[in-house]
Amino acid sequence: MITYSFLQHYWWFIISLLGGLLAFLLFIQGGQTMLFSLAKTEDERRLLVNVLGRKWEFTFTTLVTFGGAFFASFPLFYSTSFGGAYWVWMAILFCFIIQAVSYEFQSKPGNVYGAKTYRSFLYINGLLATFLIGVAIATFFTGSDFLVNKGNITNQLAPVISQWQNPWHGLEALLSLRNLSLGLAVFFLSRSQALLFFVNRLNSPEMEKRSRKNLWFNALPFVVFFLTFVIWTLLSEGFAVDPTSGTVSLEKYKYFTNLIEMPIILGTFLLGVILVLYGIGRTLLSAKFKSGIWFSGIGTVLTVCSLFLIAGYNNTAFYPAFPNLQSSLTIFNSSSSLYTLTAMSIVSLFIPVVLGYIFYTWKAMEKKRTDIEDINSDHHSY
Amino acid sequence: MDLLDVSLVNWSRAQFALTAMYHWLFVPLTLGLGVIMSIMETLYLKTGNEAWKKATQFWMTLFGVNFAIGVATGIILEFQFGTNWSNYSWFVGDIFGAPLAIEAIFAFFMEATFISVMFFGWNKVSKKFHLASTWLTVFGATLSALWILVANAWMQYPVGMEFNPDTVRNEMIDFWSILLSPVALNKFLHTVLSGWVMGALFVIGVSAWFLLKKRSVDFALKSMMVGAIFGVVSSLLVAFTGDGSAYNVTQRQPMKLAAMEGLYEGKAGAGLVAFGILNPDKKSYNDNENPYLFKVEIPYMLSLLGYRDVNAFVPGVKNVIDGGYPTPDGKQPLSFVEKQARGKAAIQSLANYQLAVNNKDTAAAALHKAQLKENYPQFGYGYLDRPEQLIPHVPTVFYSFHAMVMLGMYFILLFSLVLFYTYKKKIENANWLLRASLWSIPLGYIAGELGWAVAEVGRQPWAIQDVLPLQAAISSISTDSVKITFFLFLILFTALLIAEIRIMLKQIKKGPEEA
Ligand code: HDD
Ligand code: HEM
Ligand code: HEM
Repeated sequence: MITYSFLQHYWWFIISLLGGLLAFLLFIQGGQTMLFSLAKTEDERRLLVNVLGRKWEFTFTTLVTFGGAFFASFPLFYSTSFGGAYWVWMAILFCFIIQAVSYEFQSKPGNVYGAKTYRSFLYINGLLATFLIGVAIATFFTGSDFLVNKGNITNQLAPVISQWQNPWHGLEALLSLRNLSLGLAVFFLSRSQALLFFVNRLNSPEMEKRSRKNLWFNALPFVVFFLTFVIWTLLSEGFAVDPTSGTVSLEKYKYFTNLIEMPIILGTFLLGVILVLYGIGRTLLSAKFKSGIWFSGIGTVLTVCSLFLIAGYNNTAFYPAFPNLQSSLTIFNSSSSLYTLTAMSIVSLFIPVVLGYIFYTWKAMEKKRTDIEDINSDHHSY
Repeated sequence: MDLLDVSLVNWSRAQFALTAMYHWLFVPLTLGLGVIMSIMETLYLKTGNEAWKKATQFWMTLFGVNFAIGVATGIILEFQFGTNWSNYSWFVGDIFGAPLAIEAIFAFFMEATFISVMFFGWNKVSKKFHLASTWLTVFGATLSALWILVANAWMQYPVGMEFNPDTVRNEMIDFWSILLSPVALNKFLHTVLSGWVMGALFVIGVSAWFLLKKRSVDFALKSMMVGAIFGVVSSLLVAFTGDGSAYNVTQRQPMKLAAMEGLYEGKAGAGLVAFGILNPDKKSYNDNENPYLFKVEIPYMLSLLGYRDVNAFVPGVKNVIDGGYPTPDGKQPLSFVEKQARGKAAIQSLANYQLAVNNKDTAAAALHKAQLKENYPQFGYGYLDRPEQLIPHVPTVFYSFHAMVMLGMYFILLFSLVLFYTYKKKIENANWLLRASLWSIPLGYIAGELGWAVAEVGRQPWAIQDVLPLQAAISSISTDSVKITFFLFLILFTALLIAEIRIMLKQIKKGPEEA
């Protein structure tokens, strides 16, 4: 039976999956932060720009889809968070505007500001977007400073229903150490994944060696910050919803309880973590192993997806409001109507088709590893 | 922030208009040039002539530069609904969010995937696969236009929805009527075709430059031919669908039509203003100033175009406010005052309903719900105070509309001449026509932007026609925040635009041999 509640859960799963895919694809951003460090010569820099440049649209498009899917399925979140945490989201958007033109423009004559500027844009995008997205996601567990009152719409002078309660409009999230630890974890994860990607894709023994070495300095901080966030979150209070009354209250070890009560998610989470660690660990220990990105990539999708799921499933408020817990958003009180969710679910059945043709074209395009000769002989290189 | 701040609304509008108009500088060329280069690649595959491949690659490079900045400006638009129009996003997210999500899942991924084959796949995949990828990239771009225009059309003509007082939100009840609404279909055709006109103008203009410089003549003549044929067809269709747009506006947004024509006092058998100058002394809709200093009219034309009947009554600004004018279906439209009273009643019923539900008074709740439902079609009028608020800025709408139409006529003429001269093999020496083609490139951009000004300024004060005015659609943030982001966007987009134009010019100068 397809009930309203089923569809709400289904859509939260889609959002979680998109969140997981986004976290994985952020390796493009991570790679952009290494243009000036990992690459030593101009040729090497061009090589990095070009292998990343053939994929950048996917991260971008996944972000757009993540936003669009959230808008369609949980519009109250879209309006509360984007309109409230204005500055965080705006900062993230600015990071992506400057990325979008940078690949195409940097090597073209007449680009006014010079290749260096566009590469700095890529660097800023990699540095800030990863970190800020991590911080924004962390607020799903730590809460935000807003109130929702649907009655406001009948007030002709102040009809806005979601009101942020401080003038920082989202920047205050940077003051929480727990949020920061997830931001830094995402940042170092994206860099670690980029290094695994380079090991896999580049036909350059020099760069491969350097990537493996640099992996130590990114994987270790990642593990530290990630564990900090996860352990802290599992041990803290969570935002529980009473299924009958809809009342939100603080509950001890809520997220830990969620994992235990939903063993499939627990299994997925653990599997994801193991895959990530395996992909990284084996790349570090074996000089021949090049497929780390596949393991850690799939692992990242599973882990992040499970984190989203425990934030929204099992009677939990996924976007908590701390000034008044009853304003918190749950998958029930913030979703679209039954009709819209049904229509959108039919649309979502096409997602495998989309993934299918993406996979097919990638295979057709990436038969061998890339080196600088390929770039130089390509008609459309950056 | 307690009191609704007018400057917040205006800065949010300015920011939306700025970003949308920047986006629209790049999108039409993507749509038009995309089709043209796909046609050229098809010709390459059919004839095996390397010259077509060179031509395709030349236009494709320009396409890539333009595309990147289109993407950069698009992402802002999407998230801006959340950041700056958050009340809107919640009130109608049910209906409005769906097309955006579908657009992302279907169209954007298609573009992102096949564009990389198109750019990087020349030596990696078969010729057929490559050609298919080029067409699919353009198909993806056009599909994205479809969904966003469905969303935009819905704001002009909201259908397929019902207000739910429990969630305090409009909910979708009929997906197909939203997708297939006549306004949506027409808007899609007119807008995409206007992009094709833009692409054709660009191609003949750039080719004309090569011919004037006597460079790459063979390439330029080939491009000229494709551009001119494509241009004639699309400019005729633009005029045809433009008439459809005007018809839809007349039927569904009479105030916009009145503004487009500068019509204050409606009349039967109304003429269409072919050319006119508005009287700047007209200060209010009900002073007795003549709205025009000067005008040339085509008799009966407006009634004919708007209602397909030479004698039909076309309401002016004053009629729409006063109500009670004759309509084809015989219904008497309400006056502003009546609509406002109903809107206020609807809002009050909603408040009473919420109170009754809180007090668990089911009988009262049912009563208020019924009253709300009755008055809901005028809900948005409850937020307005004065009839003047209903009137969009007439001069902007009027002049934009007339300039767009004149440009449309001019493009038909231009493309026809270019086609004729190319066909007669005389174009190389027709320097006047080559210069006209070159200088017409900016005119295409102007026509498109003016079109949006007609559509968007003309629907003021509504975010959603009759249901939600702008002041009830915004986010609760400080005006200063919006001002800051407005100027950041302005600086950033302008800086990127300058770079884009310079890169384009350099690439064009390099010519097809080196591209
Ligand atoms: C190259 C650009 C171009 C050209 C030559 C024309 N248009 Fe246009 N027009 C557009 C580009 C455009 C547009 C940018 O695509 C708009 C903006 C919103 C929309 O739906 O399409 C538009 C809107 C628009 C609207 C407002 C629709 C609304 O409010 O929903 C009308 C009534 C017309 N057009 C009518 C015409 C007519 C009668 C033309 C005669 C030749 C014409 N246009 C040429
Ligand atoms: C890309 C082409 C577009 C252009 C050039 C454009 C142009 C404009 C302009 C000039 C305004 C300002 C109106 C005013 O100041 O009174 C505006 C406002 C607005 N437009 Fe558009 N528009 C475009 C597409 C869209 C689309 C596709 C949508 C919706 C899906 C949309 C929704 C809005 C909204 C919400 C506003 C703000 C409210 C307002 O001031 O009317 N626009 N647009
Ligand atoms: C408010 C309205 C709009 C929003 C929210 C919006 C959103 C977007 C976004 C997010 C992108 C980047 C997609 C990517 O990741 O590749 C984009 C690109 C694009 N949009 Fe828009 N858009 C709007 C108006 C329009 C209109 C009116 C059209 C056409 C009629 C249009 C057609 C396109 C096309 C063809 C692209 C491909 C990129 C390009 O042309 O450069 N958009 N849009």
